[in-house]
Amino acid sequence: MPASDPDTQLSDVALKLVDATVETLRDRRGALLPILHEIQAEMGCVPEAVIPVVAERLNLTRAEVYGVVTFYADFRTEPLGRKVVHVCQAESCQALGSDALGASAKAHLGVDFEGTTEDGAFTLRKVYCLGNCALSPSVMIGGEVHGRVTPDSIGKLIDAGRTAP
Amino acid sequence: MTARVFVPRDSGALSMGAETVAAAIRDEARRRGAALDVVRTGSRGMYWLEPLVEVEAGGRRTAYGPVAAADVAGLFDAGFLAGGEHALGHGPVEAIPYFANQERVTFARVGVIDPHSLDDYLDTGGFKGLENALGLSGPEIVETVTESGLRGRGGAAFPTGIKWKTAIDAPSDVKYVVANADEGDSGTFSDRMVMEGDPFMLIEGMIIAGLAIDAREGYIYLRSEYPHAHETLRRAIATAYDYAYLGDDILGSRRAFHLEVRLGAGAYICGEETALLESLEGKRGMIRPRPPLPAVSGLWGRPTILNNVITLASVPLIFQKGADFYRDYGMGRSRGTLPFQVSGNIRRGGLVEKAFGLTLGELLYDFGGGSRTGRPIRAVQVGGPLGAYIPESLFDTPLDYEAFSGIRAMLGHGGAVAFDDTVDMARMARFAMEFCAEESCGKCTPCRIGSTRGVEVIDRIRADAHRGENLRLLGDLTDLMLYGSLCGLGGLIPYPVVSALKHFPEDFGAEDVKELNLPF
Repeated sequence: MPASDPDTQLSDVALKLVDATVETLRDRRGALLPILHEIQAEMGCVPEAVIPVVAERLNLTRAEVYGVVTFYADFRTEPLGRKVVHVCQAESCQALGSDALGASAKAHLGVDFEGTTEDGAFTLRKVYCLGNCALSPSVMIGGEVHGRVTPDSIGKLIDAGRTAP
Repeated sequence: MTARVFVPRDSGALSMGAETVAAAIRDEARRRGAALDVVRTGSRGMYWLEPLVEVEAGGRRTAYGPVAAADVAGLFDAGFLAGGEHALGHGPVEAIPYFANQERVTFARVGVIDPHSLDDYLDTGGFKGLENALGLSGPEIVETVTESGLRGRGGAAFPTGIKWKTAIDAPSDVKYVVANADEGDSGTFSDRMVMEGDPFMLIEGMIIAGLAIDAREGYIYLRSEYPHAHETLRRAIATAYDYAYLGDDILGSRRAFHLEVRLGAGAYICGEETALLESLEGKRGMIRPRPPLPAVSGLWGRPTILNNVITLASVPLIFQKGADFYRDYGMGRSRGTLPFQVSGNIRRGGLVEKAFGLTLGELLYDFGGGSRTGRPIRAVQVGGPLGAYIPESLFDTPLDYEAFSGIRAMLGHGGAVAFDDTVDMARMARFAMEFCAEESCGKCTPCRIGSTRGVEVIDRIRADAHRGENLRLLGDLTDLMLYGSLCGLGGLIPYPVVSALKHFPEDFGAEDVKELNLPF
């Protein structure tokens, strides 16, 4: 379908970005995941309106692209907070109290898992394994992993993450 | 003379503040007018000592750790640049018992060299295996791998030589090599350590695999949770292209191999080989029924060698030092070494590379030092979220593929996660089902539906609602999932559930587990 289809409410700027991304990566085989990663890195998410555009450019159905976007935990159609607080909930971290860590993070941010703070600064998510198991329990704040975190220290780490670049 | 100070850039070390420490050392040196180079390395795998700073003095490397930025001035005062004594000092790093008692074969360079330095890699025997392999035919390469006894380190322990032989025999003008770097199992981090600490070794192994089956393209499928590994691999691949280890004419041999990293997107199931291939092709990570095996019809329907990172990283050494060198380590049919990873509630968490055959108890106590909380270790999950929980009565089991099958457990990728006596095993069994429900690709019914029903049944057991009936139902359900699932997610999730029930029936309020018709 043409990009002016009423279903797509992308701004011209966004449309240009999507087109440029698709153009750069489309010759790679299995390009859809790299394209979605790139779009998300640029736009903060893969807005629903992007899906038909990408589908059309790659000669895929909307269902195929939508299916991929919704299958993977990394991709989302709504923007998250400026930083994501990932609290590991896998076995190794459970063995050292990741439950209490999750509870402490929820209390500190005032949101549940998958919730975003009102000021848009943070989204709280759980993650299964950051590969830092020898230093459990672990959290990742804005892409930075912290090991041996305690229910007391997690609040300070989050606050430090608020001001860090 | 300029002193050399080594500070890891491994993401575990970074999680304990290694970046700040490296900066503090540079600043302090500048302040004191001391000439030093800070070399960034991988990790030695002694994570309880991270950030572990090493200083080269007197022909050896002296270790200090765990170092905080606030300790740096004191270290200078103590003359650490000459290996001086300090409260954080551990003497020569290679004499630390945890390290000295290992057999660092695959991990010989990790934590030692600068992972970005091709010179470091070459100086330590790097690309010697490739040079040797370039003089061999494809079948000869496969034969050498078979002779080494190497088995897949991802978990299934399938003989690597046989897999490669299948791929070489499959007729096709296009073939692929894929590294499974979707290390999603909790309690495992050896792939990450290799990619962050010795990336050229993985690249070299993949090139040799390419030569073996005449594949000219390879992919590393890396989980997105590993951004540091991603950066290190990208840099290493770029360097390998610059120096003609990758490209259209490898070292003037007229053989080609191209390599690219592809990122996953947060799906545990993509560690399953056929789901990984679907994902690489740009689709949902839905598993494919087997047969056909990926070695016959893999990526884009072409014959594909798909191996775990550690499997491929073990290959260069086999060609550098010979199949015998590798095979001489180990026991029974488990040849070579395995980088075990000990974590969870443990005092000295880290990486322990040993020949197969040390016992689980030795790993937990001699290396791990017992639980971190100081309480008795009650259960250990070996082999990731799909591995069995093992009670103390079985801690004398040797870490060997067959010995673990013998106790209805699996070694998997070599991770052991310890829990102390505060653990509620019914809760861990519930988590296994919950995890399976969350990560199921949805292709087959036993996994998609069974995992959700499993959570419900365990909830009822824990709430003492018709407990006896629900325990029997759980037995039936695990039996169905074990035998009826299409892949190892639904098919193996009964292991943690059944082992928890069998070894810790009191946590389920179960009186006689023999009555429950458990599948094993």
